[in-house]
This record gives sequence, C-alpha cells and structure tokens, in this order.
Amino acid sequence: MRRFIWPLAVFLVLVGFLAAGLRLNPREVPSPLINKPAPAFNLPQLHAIQASINPTDMKGKVWLFNVWASWCVSCRQEHPVLLDLAKRGTLPVIGLDYKDDREAGIAWLREHGDPYMLSAYDRDGRVGIDYGVYGVPESFLIDKNGAIRYKHIGPLTPKVLDEKILPMAKDLNGA
Amino acid sequence: MRNVLIAFIATCCWMAAAIGSEAAPAAADPVLEARVNKLAEELRCLVCQNQSIADSHAELAIDLKNQVREMLKQGMSDKQVVDFLVQRYGDFVLYRPPVKNTTWLLWAGPFLLLVAALAAFVIKLRRRPPNAPLTAAEHAAAAALLRGEGIQQ
Repeated sequence: MRRFIWPLAVFLVLVGFLAAGLRLNPREVPSPLINKPAPAFNLPQLHAIQASINPTDMKGKVWLFNVWASWCVSCRQEHPVLLDLAKRGTLPVIGLDYKDDREAGIAWLREHGDPYMLSAYDRDGRVGIDYGVYGVPESFLIDKNGAIRYKHIGPLTPKVLDEKILPMAKDLNGA
Repeated sequence: MRNVLIAFIATCCWMAAAIGSEAAPAAADPVLEARVNKLAEELRCLVCQNQSIADSHAELAIDLKNQVREMLKQGMSDKQVVDFLVQRYGDFVLYRPPVKNTTWLLWAGPFLLLVAALAAFVIKLRRRPPNAPLTAAEHAAAAALLRGEGIQQ
C-alpha cells in the first residue's frame, strides 16, 4: 500500500494547481498602470469637435473614466449601472468613445441616455492603447492627483460599483 | 458526383487563396516590415490570448501592429517599442516574460524537475541491494537448466 502514497501525493498536488487555475479568469490581465499617473491626452469632445478634453481638467477630483463604444454589446449591459451612478451624483464619470463613428456614438447616447459629464472622442484608438484598453468596456478610477487607482475590465455591475468602486472613491475623497 | 466534389474542393482552395492574399499587405519597405513582423511575433494579442499580434486579425492586434510600425519608422529601437507596450499592457504582452522574482520558478521549473527526477533515480539505484554471488547449489541448478534438464532438488 505504501508504494502508492507518493504517486497519490503528486497527483493531489497537481489537482490542487489545476483547480486553482480553473478559478482564475484569463481575461483579466492585471494593469501595470495601477497607482501610476493616468496617461495624458488631449482629445476633442464627442459632442463638440472644437472643445477639447484633458485629464488634467479633473485634477482635485476623484472620477471614473469609462471606455465605451456604440458597437460594444457589453456596454449596453453596463449602461443602466452608469445611468444609476450618474443619478446619484457621487462620482463624476467621463466617457471615452473608443474607435467609434461620431454620429453613431452621439445617437447611441441619445437612445440609451447619457451618464457622462463629458465624453472624449478617440477615433483611432490611440488613447485606448495608452490606457492599455483591450476589451471594451473598461473603467478606471482616478484619484485627485490624477493617478489610476483601480481598473475594472468588462461591464460594471451594481456589485462591483457598490462593493469596490464607490467605497474606494469615498476613501480617496476623504484622503 | 465526383466532378461536383472536385469542383467544390477547387472552389474552396480558390477562396482560401483569395483570403490569404488579402491578409498580407504589400510591404512598402521590406526591411521595416521584417522588423515589424519579427517584433509582432513576440507580442501577445490581448483579445485572442493564444495568438501573437502577427497572427491575429483582431482589430486591436492590427492597431498595435500599426503602432509598432510607426514607432520603428520614427527610429525607435526594438527595446523601446517593447517597453512602450509593456508599460501599457504589462509583461503579459510578452511571449517570453523576463526573469524576475515572480517568474524565476516558471523559467527554472522544468530544469528543477529534471534534476529532482535524476536525483530520485540515482538514490533508487543506490538503495538496490547488490547482487549476491550464487551458491554452489544454485550454480548446479543453473548448469542443469542450461543442459536442458529439469531442476534437481
């Protein structure tokens, strides 16, 4: 019987590793930008071509930077959560309309409601690359000093908002 | 029936060829394009994670490839381009992650396993009892067997 102990132990260790691996989500790649200054940009606004938008405009405020697009299906799923957040008015949200057609983006907001204080318009996706965007929607929580403190990949849910983002924003506002 | 089948296969091949030729854009500068492709093969596409950005046709992969081409055109070195992407997407974009505190086990693991297996093998061999010389009776039994006789008790 004793000769089976070692193979069994090795097998159980292997099963342990595989079980842990199954629970990981390979879609969620940790961002190297956490606790780093949010990349600078100067983009036209979605609704006003002449007006520009710059993250330094938000210095001194805690805000959410939400990457969306009219072609993005999961953005529809996330949209009610953002509308609800906008209604509460505790955390300003700036949008980034990513690789979208301007008309389509504006029409999408008209149809579904506009939770954004402002939306920046990133036609060629360059700012998206600077923020390491690879799966829209993505959201970045940015502190008063302009540093990214948290990144959420995929659609926001009420749970993520209430349990993670809003408590963090509250702490950052208090600090 | 056979002719239909042959025509069908020929059509498929023709379509594959048509799609294939569409995927490779004519390179304006072959030297630059070779550098772009070499780098693109080392970089992981984050949308379809088991493909490099050279293989992938995801929009992000195409954008990243264009970005790489543009930066190389501006005279940046390969390392500068790779650093640019690592700053944004993390080590995950590299198909060959750097050796760090968090990755040394990944790199050394196979060799450690090999050494451990060899060590276990050597220990096992050493522990085996040495072959004792045969007694006179055993010699006689063996000789009898070789002569084709049965064992004499």
